[in-house]
Amino acid sequence: MYTLTRPILIFLCLGVAALVLFPLVGSEFYVGLLIRIMILSIFAISLDLLIGYTGLISFGHAAFFGIGGYTLAIFFQDADSINFWIALVLVLSCSALVALLVGWISIRASGVYFIMLTLAFAQMFYYFFFESPDFGGDDGIFLFSKPEILIGSTSLIDLEDEHNFYYFVLAWMVAVYLILSMILKAPFGHVIVAIKANESRVRALGYPVQRYKLVSFVIAGTLAGIAGFLEAAHTGYVTPAYLGWHESGIVMVIVILGGMGTLFGPILGAFVIVLLQDFLPNFTEHWQLLMGGIIIAVVLFLPKGIAGLLYRLSNRLFTSKEYADVSQNSGDTPATVDVREQSL
Amino acid sequence: MDSSFYLIQLLNGIQYGFLLFLVASGLTLIFGIMGIINLAHGSFYMIGSYLAFWFTSLTDNFLYGILLAIPVTLVVGYAVERLAISYLYQRDHLYQVLLTYALILIFNELQRMLWGSDVHSVAVPQAFSGSVQLTENQAYPVYRLLISASCIVIALAMYWVIQKTRLGMTIRAGASNREMVQSLGINVNRLFAVVFSLGVTLAALAGMLAAPVNTVYPGIGDGVLIISFVVVVIGGIGSIKGAFIGAMLIGLADTFGKVLLPEMASMVVYALMALVLFWRPQGLFGKG
Repeated sequence: MYTLTRPILIFLCLGVAALVLFPLVGSEFYVGLLIRIMILSIFAISLDLLIGYTGLISFGHAAFFGIGGYTLAIFFQDADSINFWIALVLVLSCSALVALLVGWISIRASGVYFIMLTLAFAQMFYYFFFESPDFGGDDGIFLFSKPEILIGSTSLIDLEDEHNFYYFVLAWMVAVYLILSMILKAPFGHVIVAIKANESRVRALGYPVQRYKLVSFVIAGTLAGIAGFLEAAHTGYVTPAYLGWHESGIVMVIVILGGMGTLFGPILGAFVIVLLQDFLPNFTEHWQLLMGGIIIAVVLFLPKGIAGLLYRLSNRLFTSKEYADVSQNSGDTPATVDVREQSL
Repeated sequence: MDSSFYLIQLLNGIQYGFLLFLVASGLTLIFGIMGIINLAHGSFYMIGSYLAFWFTSLTDNFLYGILLAIPVTLVVGYAVERLAISYLYQRDHLYQVLLTYALILIFNELQRMLWGSDVHSVAVPQAFSGSVQLTENQAYPVYRLLISASCIVIALAMYWVIQKTRLGMTIRAGASNREMVQSLGINVNRLFAVVFSLGVTLAALAGMLAAPVNTVYPGIGDGVLIISFVVVVIGGIGSIKGAFIGAMLIGLADTFGKVLLPEMASMVVYALMALVLFWRPQGLFGKG
């Protein structure tokens, strides 16, 4: 398990504080953009549970993002109002159910075959929604109202208001982060990290490895479903593009770029990618060229992603030489490994 | 719906299968020997299509177009391997995914800069623009037959290179034991660069041959990339024979799926893949 060093923890708290304060000063446009980023962060953290902790490289994670969005859209497309609690239960159960089915079949395979099986399932769902006229086909489905969070008959928070929606999503992001770090601190978390490190040894110790993998897959799928639900509620529509392989690809890029195996890395990755997508077109019409160049530079020069860079910086600035050495030696191992050494 | 209709579909399916085989054999060669997951493989299909379009319009001759495009792709492939891929052999697959994803972005943007976002078409070469009469009112275009024929020739040439030449011997040896080949004094770095260059040129060749049949448009490589991954996985990663069987299965399943189950045609190939992997998780001809 990685431990949050104190400088990183302070950095994260400052980040959350900045996010809390931002709507007071920021423009409407950036509030909307940050909502998108935070939703993408939830999506990316959920994938990190698979890639960075369990060692399951899913190339079809967008399927669950899409299922979350489509569940909301299909059940409430003609409704005048959306009851948040009912919607949440529906989204959670549908995405968990689909993740259970896809996971049950996919974890039989390993390595590249697992990557391709998850991709195949995502593509099947993509074409299912793309080609079915009942579910909007390639136009997708529009939603005409935001969910209402009712307690009794009084509304807890008015999500029609963009600022309220912003805090709603921020709360989800923090909650998902905390839930996952609790899961990872629990015995379950230690077992899945061990599975990533050495699967056969964990099996030899008598753990039902496949069942652990499946549970991890279902948790990740369900959280991705929540992200999709939030995205659909925010934008007011779902399209098959939610489930496309581009979406799976970009979220994988976010996780790796941010630093897999650290829960905060994918959040940083989401910020960097979306802000670059927003910022680079100001310079040049051919911004994708720059984007590609930046990603290549990260791959070649920052092997542990942005989180790895942060660890290196904070070690150099705040801790003794001994720790700094640890973070620099093991060249190509993912962030989890050297950080685990620190916590020992 | 008489038999000649099904014959035409069969020919279409086989022709599509052959094109898929070209792309997928390149992919499987690169993965099997170098262990690289090349997401940018579809980009080379696109590059092939655009180069064929470009050189054909420059020279007014499709054959010259292809003959000019092949060396260009070989050079581009070699350069990409030396400048980017070669740094990643010791790294996790995930970083290869990330890097080749970045390459897709770069190639797409270069394509937009060089050729714009318009849809282009390439004329079927004059000599092959006719069609073969099957029945009174059913005909089959000669060019599509030519595609299948050229793919057969390329496949045989590939078989010959891999089974009978010294290069092929080192490639096969490299696929089964990289370290051993290196310690026997073969320059593995150069071998990898050559394999990558040849592999992506196979994808580009498919793009070139397909250009007159399909139009040439931005993002043309994306669909091809995913479907050729499906082919490779069905056949078993690293197996050229598997890639051939997989390509034919997918080519026929896709073509007949569109005819027989039009409302769920695109799902058929993925369902087929899931089915195959459910039955044999390592693919039809995969090892262990």
